[in-house]
Amino acid sequence: MIELSLKQLSSQLAGRKISSVELTQLYLDRIQQLNPEINAYITLNHALALAQAKAADQRIANNEASPLTGIPFAQKDIFCAKGWRTTCGSKMLENFIAPYDAHVIGKFNQAGAINLGKTNMDEFAMGSSNETSYFGKVQNPWDRTRVPGGSSGGTAAAVAARLCAAATGTDTGGSIRQPAALCGISGLKPTYGVVSRYGMIAFASSLDQAGPMGRSAEDLALMMNVMAGFDERDSTSLQREAEDYTRSLAQPLQGLRIGLPKEFFGEGLGADVGKAVEEAINQYKKLGATVVEISLPNSKLSVPAYYVLAPAEASSNLSRFDGVRYGYRAAEYSDLADMYEKTRAQGFGAEVKRRIMIGTYVLSHGYYDAYYLKAQKIRRLIAQDFVEAYKHCDVIMGPTSPSTAFKLGEKGDDPVQMYLSDIYTIAVNLAGLPGMSIPCGFGANNMPVGLQIIGNYFDEARMLNVAHQYQLATDWHQRAPQGI
Amino acid sequence: MWRTSISWRPTGINARHRGFEMTWEIVIGLEVHAQLSTNSKIFCGASTAFGAEPNTQADAVSLALPGVLPVLNKGAVERAIKFGLATGAHIAPKSVFARKNYFYPDLPKGYQISQMDLPVVGKGTLTIQVPAVGKLPAYEKVVGLTRAHLEEDAGKSLHEDFHGMTGIDLNRAGTPLLEIVSEPDMRSAAEAIAYAKTLHTLVQWIGICDGNMQEGSFRCDVNVSVRKPGAPFGTRREIKNLNSFKFMQQAIDYEVQWQIDTLENGGKIQQATVLFNPDTGETRTMRTKEDAHDYRYFPDPDLLPLEISEAWKNEIRATMPELPQTKQQRYVAEMGLSAYDASLLTSSKAMADFFEAAATGADAKQCANWIIGEVSAQLNRDSLDIDKCPISPQQLNGMLKRIADGTISNSGAKEVFRTMWAEGGEADAIIEAKGLKQVSDTGALEKIVDEIIAANADKVAEYRSGKDKLFGFFVGLAMKASKGKANPAQMNDILKKKLLE
Repeated sequence: MIELSLKQLSSQLAGRKISSVELTQLYLDRIQQLNPEINAYITLNHALALAQAKAADQRIANNEASPLTGIPFAQKDIFCAKGWRTTCGSKMLENFIAPYDAHVIGKFNQAGAINLGKTNMDEFAMGSSNETSYFGKVQNPWDRTRVPGGSSGGTAAAVAARLCAAATGTDTGGSIRQPAALCGISGLKPTYGVVSRYGMIAFASSLDQAGPMGRSAEDLALMMNVMAGFDERDSTSLQREAEDYTRSLAQPLQGLRIGLPKEFFGEGLGADVGKAVEEAINQYKKLGATVVEISLPNSKLSVPAYYVLAPAEASSNLSRFDGVRYGYRAAEYSDLADMYEKTRAQGFGAEVKRRIMIGTYVLSHGYYDAYYLKAQKIRRLIAQDFVEAYKHCDVIMGPTSPSTAFKLGEKGDDPVQMYLSDIYTIAVNLAGLPGMSIPCGFGANNMPVGLQIIGNYFDEARMLNVAHQYQLATDWHQRAPQGI
Repeated sequence: MWRTSISWRPTGINARHRGFEMTWEIVIGLEVHAQLSTNSKIFCGASTAFGAEPNTQADAVSLALPGVLPVLNKGAVERAIKFGLATGAHIAPKSVFARKNYFYPDLPKGYQISQMDLPVVGKGTLTIQVPAVGKLPAYEKVVGLTRAHLEEDAGKSLHEDFHGMTGIDLNRAGTPLLEIVSEPDMRSAAEAIAYAKTLHTLVQWIGICDGNMQEGSFRCDVNVSVRKPGAPFGTRREIKNLNSFKFMQQAIDYEVQWQIDTLENGGKIQQATVLFNPDTGETRTMRTKEDAHDYRYFPDPDLLPLEISEAWKNEIRATMPELPQTKQQRYVAEMGLSAYDASLLTSSKAMADFFEAAATGADAKQCANWIIGEVSAQLNRDSLDIDKCPISPQQLNGMLKRIADGTISNSGAKEVFRTMWAEGGEADAIIEAKGLKQVSDTGALEKIVDEIIAANADKVAEYRSGKDKLFGFFVGLAMKASKGKANPAQMNDILKKKLLE
């Protein structure tokens, strides 16, 4: 049952082979058994999950089911879910019970999906290893001594360990794609504005985008049908016709032009990763695709530009966590300024504080032009690179991450090394493009390697088609870690 | 006519400063926060109604819960456009919301959404009528507007009744404001107040702000500096949050005196924000430039740039009422009123509507005199606004027509007015009931005059021998004999004729 696709689960439920309550209980039992070590979930609520499952069974009995009705999902703990503790991986929100549903949560609820629990993540989505979470490290199910990636590390581990059918993530600089790659699953970051950010706790508003994480491109397409769509509560949500993301899955890839950015295959790329990606490209050639070398000349500036813009926005977005209205407040303080200082010093972890300080600095009087404005200019140049590139190709491919999953604690002391693990993903966020990662083999230490597929704006359906056809021809996405 | 440089003349001038009035020039600029009259807040659907129980109008966005996002209220933008149109200002086809970052308990997000580099309304002008002060005549002046931008208000910190703690009320957080910034064009407190009043009238006139100063719907920050005429601008100090014109006058007077005193005693002015204390009539430094925040403004990534099309502007333009300044010009050109009287009659839309209705088919100048004179005096005495005037414009119009056609004299009209005010009724009915109709029957008037001449032969002889001043004496007798009802002009003619016969 735990190896079934969403489509298969849906037909099992429709055929009354299993009830949603039974399926939910099955996952809850697995979570109870495996989560204490893997730590993919921060918060579980059996009563809420089973109540939803019961309602889903009723809906199925009434023949009112939609494709995801009754299927157990997990939600990244960045999404507010009414009645659920919503921590964003931070001590600051350790006891925060959300009084409302995020757009994404509301959409899954409407579809009759089950929320098994809230998944672990780097604190306020700031991190690439899930090690900045206040709620502890997450183990990579493929090797429990390694990181799952981040910031959607809990989601990636939960999907890989079959602790849910699929789950949600968010991606500001690679936070869906990098953990998907490191845990051997599929993940899609849609075009900026396709999925509403309403109720998703903000890290860097101009970059944050929610997306699905699952075991196959087909699963992601079904989830996109639920998550995407205009929402008037988010001013950056794009007003577009609803689309069926499964509509072109079956399309053959004959004539597909794949662009390979030369900057993604140079120094810094692990040989094992490079080899797996190369083999994947060869597979695509067999499927009828042609390959063209392209250049993204400004992509080398994406990491420095990102580490100006994202912290700038974050420094402002996180100002609301001040101990006044909700969340953590220091137990003792002498006056207002002391309350602010102690609350924020105690409530935020080191990486969050580092980024707030960077962001505050780059926005300060006298530095704004040199940092923030310059980074914005670079951002436009990076977007322009992609516009040029898409004149010559339909999709761009390359590695998702320069290496496979590293050891827990390995990069903890060196933030710059950690930041470089998103070197291939960040430019996509800066340009607002859709990007995805799918498993394409194994590298050193038998750890999964991810292939990154970058599409043009609103080309999600095409990208899912490109991924799905590969997954029909290969079985990397069906491999499961041992011992789970 | 307008003057660029009017020196300040304080009342009760300090002997020490005798003669300084020609040596210091006052420079004033205003920043006004006008609360826009939308039903809901600028970035969410919570109500903006005044006076609700604390935090009953604080929804998820007002509370800045994690994950909430701002959505711009179109009504607030429409009001900003109206203001831009009313002041002949540049309305930006594209403007940008920016975050102003600072920590304060009544600022729930830790930043205020405002506009910085690209405001919705750019440069415009406001024409003001400065009233006569002492020997200085009234005059007109055009004040430059630097910009007007949209922003959200903060909540309120409540320091009483919380046992040493501070209460936070977020009902007001997110209320839409239009911050209107003037050029430093004012050269006296009188000009500053005329500007503030004109602006206050305008925002109500075009229906974008209720103008309620007690409830904080129209708050003024006044930047004051002094300099020697011709010198560069002096260092300014900003008087914050003045919510009455009376306080504004007092605060400026005090501040100017303080700055002049300081400079004349060899001191220097430090740029500062000051508060006015109405109890002491003094201004007090709140913070100096050294403690100024670095607000770290940057474009708000949660909001798209605000785009305003020509079509949208035109749509709004079509709904705009005739503006006070246009009316003033019309009153002067078409009705022959003075610019100052025209400005008084356009001090509110209700006043202008009243005037225009009352003046229909009547002598506009006479109508203006009645409204500025008797009507306004009575309204003041009874503490009423023009829209609560017990005499309708139609009633006043009826009376004016009877003055014009000679049915009643001015003294008769005053009697009609008093009766209308106290008891109501139409002019004709009152004239009839009180017998106020003038006697214009030539025969009857001649009869009265003949009798007076017969009874006062000696005075007639004196008059005829050249004592012209006695004419008034005969008029008095004639009016008395007619019981005040004689048509004065006609009576004069007959008297003159008969006395010279």
